[in-house]
Amino acid sequence: MTTGATTRIELTVNGRARSTDVLAHHTLLEVLRDDLGLTGTKECCLVGECGACTVLVDGVSVDSCLMLGVEAEGLSITTVEGLATGDRLDPLQSAFLETGAAQCGFCIPGQLVSARALLEAVPHPSRAEIEEGLAGNLCRCAGYEQIIEAVALAAERGEGGDVRRAATPDVHVASTPDAQVAPQ
Amino acid sequence: MRAFAYERPTSLADALALLATGGDGALGSDARPLAGGTDLIIRIRDGSIRPASVVDVKGIAEFSRDIRVEDGWLRIGARTTMTDLVRDDRVQRDYAALAEAASYVGSVQIRNRATLAGNICNASPAADTVPALLVYGAQVVTVGQGGRRTIPLDDVFVRSGVTTLLPGELLEAVELPLPGGPRGSVHARRTRRRGHDLASVTLACSIGLDGVTRIAYGSVGPRPLLVVDETGVLSDRATSPAAKAARLDELFVAAAPSPTSMRASPEYRLAMLRVLGLRAVAASHERLRA
Repeated sequence: MTTGATTRIELTVNGRARSTDVLAHHTLLEVLRDDLGLTGTKECCLVGECGACTVLVDGVSVDSCLMLGVEAEGLSITTVEGLATGDRLDPLQSAFLETGAAQCGFCIPGQLVSARALLEAVPHPSRAEIEEGLAGNLCRCAGYEQIIEAVALAAERGEGGDVRRAATPDVHVASTPDAQVAPQ
Repeated sequence: MRAFAYERPTSLADALALLATGGDGALGSDARPLAGGTDLIIRIRDGSIRPASVVDVKGIAEFSRDIRVEDGWLRIGARTTMTDLVRDDRVQRDYAALAEAASYVGSVQIRNRATLAGNICNASPAADTVPALLVYGAQVVTVGQGGRRTIPLDDVFVRSGVTTLLPGELLEAVELPLPGGPRGSVHARRTRRRGHDLASVTLACSIGLDGVTRIAYGSVGPRPLLVVDETGVLSDRATSPAAKAARLDELFVAAAPSPTSMRASPEYRLAMLRVLGLRAVAASHERLRA
């Protein structure tokens, strides 16, 4: 393949088969936002620290700013736009609204997608598990308490929901604080 | 991000040929292997590297994403992610410090993509999995156009970002000796914020029934270092904390933290190195007894 040439990729986005021409050096984030018009996924730090660009790839949460668009060939992507079903919000979205978890709102798409991955893996997470599951998502408004409350509320209602997923969701949960070596 | 060509070879031979030629037929080493991309994409974007092509190793049929026992070694394939390691029952049971170290890497999103092989090849002094691999006596299997090589992990690192791997050579697997007997091992880390930040100090410790204590530490010098204590001072539970601390200071004599790092001052890192060393020794004793 030559530099600057586009490649046609076939992928599934929010349950819908899509086909698009992508440049090799464009990230999945750019493909979603610029080529497919799905601007719910946010661009922010571009170094995998803030989580605003989090999407599910075959059910696994990833930072879409660190994955190339061409790598998504044949894969299934879920963005924040894919969480609601028609006009019915995902239970997590309802809980975020109810607890006032969204302040400026910029980090919320990433928070929701990470929270969805967490609840798929751990339907009833402890507070420590929620904190760890969302550790890769920063909120500059510092609305962490309401966000944690929202995830706990959605979990408590047992409305795990059914996200379009192609594989077992992937989330690792550990609660050992840094610099502590807790015996097993 | 600067433009580059993307290649996704399906065979090892094709991958090695692409890496040898630089992808577009131009001689040179400006083709970069891509596994998880969590370091590579950042470095391309910030302009610190300018590869003509990126060779995705995830399509190589010979490269596995599994963890299995082979000829007395636990073999971890090149495509194995941090999340895979954290979830593996055998790694959790027999290589606890490695499972813990992998769980400290980045965030969920990063661990879902980042590979163990990439963590080694990137050769960051702060690489969290490396101290654990060193205390367990890991070796790596590399493959290049000259064939395969097996290299003790301790011989891989030169300095930040530099390894003894040859241009165009790929890391195919990481191998760990199966445990020879009971041991207690643990990983300890100091960082500013969980979930993103690199380690200010990262350390692993393993104590065996044979009285040998192995400690490896990183983020306090240009490369991770392995030290071995056979005096029994650390492996003897009855030794006083002061004596243990004095022995650790002797072992950590090569620690040379950067004075220019944003993350922590050299004084802080050296102080924390001793604290984490003492805690890790204590925790290893607990696990050995359990």
